[in-house]
This record gives sequence, structure tokens and C-alpha cells, in this order.
Amino acid sequence: MGRKLLTEHINVEGIHTFDVYRKHGGYASVEKALKTMSPEEVVEEVKASGLRGRGGAGFPTGMKWSFLAKPEGKPRYLVCNADESEPGTFKDRYLMEKLPHLLIEGMITSSYALGARTSYIYIRGELLYVLRILEKAIAEAYANGFLGENILGSGYSLDLHVHPGGGAYICGEETALLESLEGKRGNPRNKPPFPAVWGLYGCPTVVNNVESIATVPWIITNTAAEYAKFGIGRSAGTKLISAGGNINKPGVYEIELGVPVEEFIYSDEYCGGIWKGRDMKAVIAGGSSVPILPKELILKTAAGEDRLMTYESLSDGGFATGTMLGSGGFFVMDDQTCIVRHTWTLARFYHHESCGQCSPCREGTGWMEKVLHRIEHGHGHMHDIDLLVSVAKQIEGNTICPLGDAAAWPVAAAVRHFREEFEWHVKHPQAATAPGAVFNKAESVLA
Amino acid sequence: MAEIRRYLSHYPADRQKSAILPILHIAQAEFGGWVSPEVMDKVAEILNIQPIEVYEVATFYTMFNLKPVGKHVLEVCRTGPCMLRGSDQLIEHLENRLGCKVGETSADGNFTLKTVECLASCGTGPMLQVREQFYENLDAASADQMLEDLKALTVRKPWEENY
Repeated sequence: MGRKLLTEHINVEGIHTFDVYRKHGGYASVEKALKTMSPEEVVEEVKASGLRGRGGAGFPTGMKWSFLAKPEGKPRYLVCNADESEPGTFKDRYLMEKLPHLLIEGMITSSYALGARTSYIYIRGELLYVLRILEKAIAEAYANGFLGENILGSGYSLDLHVHPGGGAYICGEETALLESLEGKRGNPRNKPPFPAVWGLYGCPTVVNNVESIATVPWIITNTAAEYAKFGIGRSAGTKLISAGGNINKPGVYEIELGVPVEEFIYSDEYCGGIWKGRDMKAVIAGGSSVPILPKELILKTAAGEDRLMTYESLSDGGFATGTMLGSGGFFVMDDQTCIVRHTWTLARFYHHESCGQCSPCREGTGWMEKVLHRIEHGHGHMHDIDLLVSVAKQIEGNTICPLGDAAAWPVAAAVRHFREEFEWHVKHPQAATAPGAVFNKAESVLA
Repeated sequence: MAEIRRYLSHYPADRQKSAILPILHIAQAEFGGWVSPEVMDKVAEILNIQPIEVYEVATFYTMFNLKPVGKHVLEVCRTGPCMLRGSDQLIEHLENRLGCKVGETSADGNFTLKTVECLASCGTGPMLQVREQFYENLDAASADQMLEDLKALTVRKPWEENY
């Protein structure tokens, strides 16, 4: 059983309340940081821990902090990205719902490090019920002197607010999130300038994922050196994995980075194997944007090594034979899954969520959805399959924000690894559109 | 208005437009689950901005209903991870039960059926959302029970007592 750094007390009765959370060591990092450390020392500690952004990109959190500009006379902001919308990902929701004070503690300690006097948690609008949980916890933190003026007599003051979104995946992109927080449409900004220089209201801003911020208290309380003992190499620490799809035990698991993928899928400690006694067909390991991998490539790398739950191992082989850890949205497809239909739902998602600002994404996501719909519903042509690849290629890298890439990769990867299944849909439209029909490789070879 | 003032206090005095999304949520809950042009104009007045600034925001974000809806809006997740766990079947079941298609309102005016994209509930799909409540791990029986419960429910607003 791996050590839990974030979720050790998550099932303690009443842990969502200030008193119980405090009794279990909560807010120790605020005391330690504000009373014994300078803001720079907190930044250095997070840097030394090796913590990488848990939202999906995996950029080192401490380094992101160190880029923050500090001009005279301008406020600085910390904004927590709680716009968790990447299909397959539900860890932040779980963490905020169960341990609201952990995020608040992380926000206070991190805001202190960055010199922010007002901080925001931007939560997706669909999670208004979680917003109420957070607001209740924030009120408790104010009442106990951990927020507001002169926290713990340190002279440091902080206000913390929760801001709801309105239903837009794109607002998980940090500059779209800032536009949205300013009361506008969530259109991503051109970078540079980066938010570290020109962020919220034109002021230097750091945007961090919920899980990243929730990891800061453990690092500060227990030191970076202790944190770095967990995980493997540049994949330090633990990671929350949202496990879903056709498995026996869906849920959020905190794993030490480095657990073998095979163990994660089949052990009873985690996913508990494939449901209904079926075989596994494919996995999307890091949220819907990352490339899908067939069973043989998710369990072993192309070189035949065991695939591990780390940033490096999952991306081994590049996109030809690898994928990404991403947000840790890990969902498994059984052998009864139609890859074409599944890919179509993802393409539809990205078309729906494209903000419409860049033509390649606005038009390209629409075309991919249409072409996939056509193939799935028995009207596809053979050249449609290459058309998908071509459209994906023309979106990738040609947009202001990464939504274009995120839309292109899953489609390109599905064709890369499951081309036969797409061809089968085109060649046998009647069979493919029969209720419950699923491509069967063995039978297809015979036919 | 107390709830609106509370949100306005979260943003700098010269950045009150930031409160637009929170206020639209409040307005939608207050006025029967949708925001009419009149309601949007009122939001603009509160924020001291042009009405177009509210329209462009309300039309961008999918949570705001711009047409009248039934007493309850069923927002069913249809994205990949929920599809793997049976969202197609759930949508079909609800269409049959309600006698209306996705995007329509049932004849008795109780339910508007909508599909939405991923609601961060992939481990507990298929699922749907009604206002702030998630209904998860749904099958035909539990979905039917939910419909019965909702029919009998008195809708309260989050800032009201007894919510």
C-alpha cells in the first residue's frame, strides 16, 4: 500500500470541517511558512521538491513561481485552476469536496510565497455545490484567523474568494481562465506576455491546478527533501489518478509515481481489473486529449519494458508508441468498445468546446466530428480515414492555445492504432451500424 | 441582492465586471432556470456595463439557458468516459420516459432534456445534473426514481433557508 500524502485523512469523519482538519495536522504549513520562512524560502522549497504541475502539462511548479514578475506598485495574484473539465478527470472535484481545507491551506501558503494579497479559486460552474463547500470552509478559515488581516500575527494579510465559471472547457486554459475571471468570453490570449507578467487585470499572476496547490502544504510541512523521496527521478511525489471506464473499481487513487500500469489496472488496490470479466482493448491514460494506446502498448513500451505510471515512462516512444500522464484521467476500454464511436464522442466534445477564435480549430474540429459521424453511421469512404489524419495535422500547432492539439491528438492516435477498425466501418457499413456491433480483429481477418 | 452584493465585494472596485458569471448564475436560479433579454439587461445595469457585454458572455457559456425551460433541466453527460459506462442507453431511456427528444421539454412541463459535455464525474457515470445536484451511477430504475422524486420536489434557491 503506497503512502498517501494528500489523501491520508480523506475518509476521517468531519475532515471537511476546520476543527477536525486542524486536529489532523491541518494548517501546519501556514504556521511554519508565516512564522519561520521568508516567501523566497517557500518558493525555493517548492522548487527543490520537484513538484510538477498536476493540471496536465507537468511544468515544474516552483519554476513557474520563480517567473512571477514583481514590479513596484502592482498587486500580484494567485489563481487556482479548479475548472476541471478534461474528460476522464475528476480528481480535483473529489479533493475539493472531501478536503476543502487542504486546498485553502495550500492557497494561503502559496499566496504568501508569491506575495499575493487577494487570491481566487476559479471553479467550473457545473460544480456550484463544491463552491458552497469551499465557501463554508473559507468562512471557517477567516473565523479562525487563517485568512483576512494579519494572519497569525505575522503581518501578512490575504483574502480568498471562489469564482464560478459558466460551462466552458476552454476556461481550463490559463489565459482563457483569466479572461473569464475578468468577466469576458473565455478566449485564450496570445502568449507572450505570459500571465507571470501580464495576468489577471494586467497584473503578474500565477495560475496553478488544484492538486498542485494542495501538494504545497505537505512539502512545506515535511520539507522538499522528504517529498523528493517519493516517486522516480523527475516524476517526484504522488499523483491523483481518476480511474474510470470499464473497470471494476472506478474512483480516485493517490499513487506514488512509478507504480506499474499493469498493477494499477489489475490490482484490487486500484482499478480491480476489467469489468464483466472482459478483456482490455485500450486505455486513455491522461485525460481525453492524450493519445489512446492499445492494450499491448499501454502495458509495455515498444522496447518491451514495463510501462510505469510516470511522466517519462508513459511518454516513452513519443506519440508513435507512447502517450502522456497528462491530468491523470485514466480510462479503460473493454473489448466491446467501438473505438470509432468513442473517438466520435471526443471529437464532438472538442468541436463543442472550441472557442472559435482560431480557424484551424473552429473549422477543423467540426470537420473531424462530421467525418467521424459519417464513418460511425455507415456513410464513410476509405479516403475519409486519411482525411481525418490530414485535418488533425493541420490543426496541430496552428492555434493560439493547446485546445487545437488536444482535439487533434486523440483522433490521430485512434487512426494510428486502430486503422483496421475504421476500415471495417467503411467496408461493412451494415454490420458496423447494427446495434451493439463491435469490430472483432480475428473475425475480420477471416472475412 | 444580498448574494449579488457579496460577489461584487470579491473584485476590485474598478473591476466589477468580473462578477458577471456569478450574477448570471444567481439570475438564472432566481428566474425559473433561464435568462431572458430583460434579465440580461438588468445584469448590465447592476454592473454598469453595456447590455452587449452581458449577451456575449451569456451566449458563450453553455450553462445559461437563453430560452424558457421546464421545471427541472436534466443535463446528461454524453462524453466518451460516460459513453463507456452507458450514457447512450440512459439518454434513450429518458427520451422514452419523458416522451421528448434531447433539447425538448416534456409535455407536462416538468423536464427539459439536455445533453452536456463531461461533468467531472467519469468514475460514477452514467450521470446527469439537475441544478446543483449530481445524480450518478444511474440505471433505468434509479433514473425513474429520480424523475418521481424531482416531480415532487419544491425547488429552493441556494441562498434560501432550508436549502
